[in-house]
Amino acid sequence: MHIVVCIKQVPDSAQIRVHPVTNTIMRQGVPTIINPYDLFSLEAALAIRDEHGGTVTVLSMGPPMAADSLRRALSIGADRAVLLTDRFFAGSDTLATSYALATAITKIASDQPVDMVFCGKQTIDGDTAQVGPGIARRLGFHQLTYVESVETIDRARRTVIVRRRAEGGVQVLRSELPCMVTMLEGSAVVRRGSMADALRAARADVTTWSAKDAGIEDISQCGLRGSPTVVRKVFAPQPRKEKAVLIEASAHDPVHMAEATIDTLFAALPGLNAELHAAAAR
Amino acid sequence: MSNEAPRSAAKKQLPEHFKAYTGVWVYIELERGQVHSVSWELLGEGRKLADQLKVPLAAVVLGPPDGSARAAVADSFCYGADRAYLMESALLADYRNEPYTRAMTDLVNTHKPEVLLLGATTLGRDLAGSVATTLKTGLTADCTELAIDAERSLAATRPTFGGSLLCTIMTLNVRPQMATIRPRVMAMPQRVDAPVGEVVEVPFDMAEDTIITKVIDFIADSSRDKVQLAYADIVVAGGLGLGNADNLRHVRELARVLGGEWGCSRPLVQKGWAPADRQIGQTGKTIRPKLYIAAGISGAIQHRVGVEGADLILAINTDKAAPILDFAHYALIADAAVALPALTTAFARRLGPAVRLAG
Ligand SMILES: Cc1cc2nc3c(=O)[nH]c(=O)nc-3n(C[C@H](O)[C@H](O)[C@H](O)COP(=O)(O)OP(=O)(O)OC[C@H]3O[C@@H](n4cnc5c(N)ncnc54)[C@H](O)[C@@H]3O)c2cc1C
Repeated sequence: MHIVVCIKQVPDSAQIRVHPVTNTIMRQGVPTIINPYDLFSLEAALAIRDEHGGTVTVLSMGPPMAADSLRRALSIGADRAVLLTDRFFAGSDTLATSYALATAITKIASDQPVDMVFCGKQTIDGDTAQVGPGIARRLGFHQLTYVESVETIDRARRTVIVRRRAEGGVQVLRSELPCMVTMLEGSAVVRRGSMADALRAARADVTTWSAKDAGIEDISQCGLRGSPTVVRKVFAPQPRKEKAVLIEASAHDPVHMAEATIDTLFAALPGLNAELHAAAAR
Repeated sequence: MSNEAPRSAAKKQLPEHFKAYTGVWVYIELERGQVHSVSWELLGEGRKLADQLKVPLAAVVLGPPDGSARAAVADSFCYGADRAYLMESALLADYRNEPYTRAMTDLVNTHKPEVLLLGATTLGRDLAGSVATTLKTGLTADCTELAIDAERSLAATRPTFGGSLLCTIMTLNVRPQMATIRPRVMAMPQRVDAPVGEVVEVPFDMAEDTIITKVIDFIADSSRDKVQLAYADIVVAGGLGLGNADNLRHVRELARVLGGEWGCSRPLVQKGWAPADRQIGQTGKTIRPKLYIAAGISGAIQHRVGVEGADLILAINTDKAAPILDFAHYALIADAAVALPALTTAFARRLGPAVRLAG
């Protein structure tokens, strides 16, 4: 089995701060992490490799420092890492991103055919959930999103059975390799990686490809030029005209505080009192 | 990489072959005989966009020939559609990416809409990503606001990363302009008995043996363990201001006495204090209750977009300067761990013997 796992380096959202005056995001000094959703996909890929044998290649598109995240993926247990980095990729939206990644996967497959591609369900920064389906479509791989578990893989028949989260239930799907899978969060406990992997990762080379190295011939499909969407404006939400009305109550008297609050709510929502009584009577 | 830097220089120069694209389409999510209510919400929103553009609003229904798709078409007219495109085939009985992507892209290529809206559900997101890639068009996910700009383009607004900021995204030079919107973000339109609109029936010409992926089983969620948070009339939620996991019980208690549901901000899920299906906000549930009580929640944009549809918001917070006071209607400046149990006791007393406090 040859499995490619696409990962993205993202700022650690827990440590993002907004500038109090300019209201812009302060990215400087914010540590980066592997997009948390990608880790569930990486774990699923490693588990399949452990069971069936083969290779897990991690692939990322990003600035040169995204090599850190690839190295981290190696330390968790991935076998090879490829970084796609080029100024032509700057400003890529999801359509342009899926073009670049799909082309790189085709190039990776020219050395060793790819059976499965794993992507994160979504990223925590863009949060679009579109790159995985985009890659599947471009490669002509079967698309299996929101997967809770990969149940069985029959390498001889090249079939795969997964449980997929749908609205109102779980679909059990039988499909074929090659396929693109996105895993649901919480689908497995992500391993920590062995000491041997950590040592290997520290010494390993991350293969770095420019657009040309990856076999991208049509630069007009990359970056801003290849992105049909444009950001018209970025703005702070309108505060409501009036701020919240402060409920007057003594902070030292919880009973008074509660009574004053309930009086306020009942006055503001005339039907509430009757509805609560009706609900309580049921 | 991200393109979330304004490109005001970008100009609209729609290529000639896209100029024929007209009309607003809403994909009606029919699964296992039932239409997801997000589809009606989107028809309500699509109606406004279509009226502004002075074009028809169409519903797109894909489904099996068992009557359910036709029923969905009839309902679409009651929620504001002027026209419906209907594809009926046994191959469309269960949602599968391959046949649905094919059906949708064929419809778009033949009937050329300028706007295509889908619900941001597991189905809608799976389908939208494939359709947009096939059509090589722009897709904006999880929009919180839609509008038509002076040049008749769709302006799709969504929260941007990590800060209290929103961004407006346009697809200027490709059609259709696609967007997904999460359930409960848009208001449910009034259902009216409408005269029947125009039904455009389109044949679906795929053969089952060309479709590789098969649905071999469907395990329905028992409705019992499905949290009804998104549809509750009263929601009480807690944030990091609760201080510890144990204090979440005050949130649950108040919700119970009020006959409502409880929820939380994202950090509580990340800390393992609460399960993921209780999270409210951009990456959790969007709620539209009559009353929302937010205790110890600062009101970050990602939380705000999930609760703005509430009729009345009461914030309980120790900080008068917390951002939530910018959009809450009332605020109680108090320690949540004190105020919540006091409210529970006081409500229980007023509601009388029908409500008993748990021991
Ligand atoms: C891509 C992305 C998606 C996100 N999605 C979501 C989402 O879906 N939902 C979500 O909620 N967040 C989401 N977030 C996180 C969001 O940005 C905030 O970090 C989060 O909402 C903050 O949670 P909080 O209000 O509980 O905590 P804090 O911001 O730490 O606020 C705690 C509040 O409690 C108050 N307080 C402190 N002590 C007390 C006390 N004793 N009594 C009463 N009040 C007290 C404080 O004054 C403060 O206002 C997302 C972030 C990103 C980057």
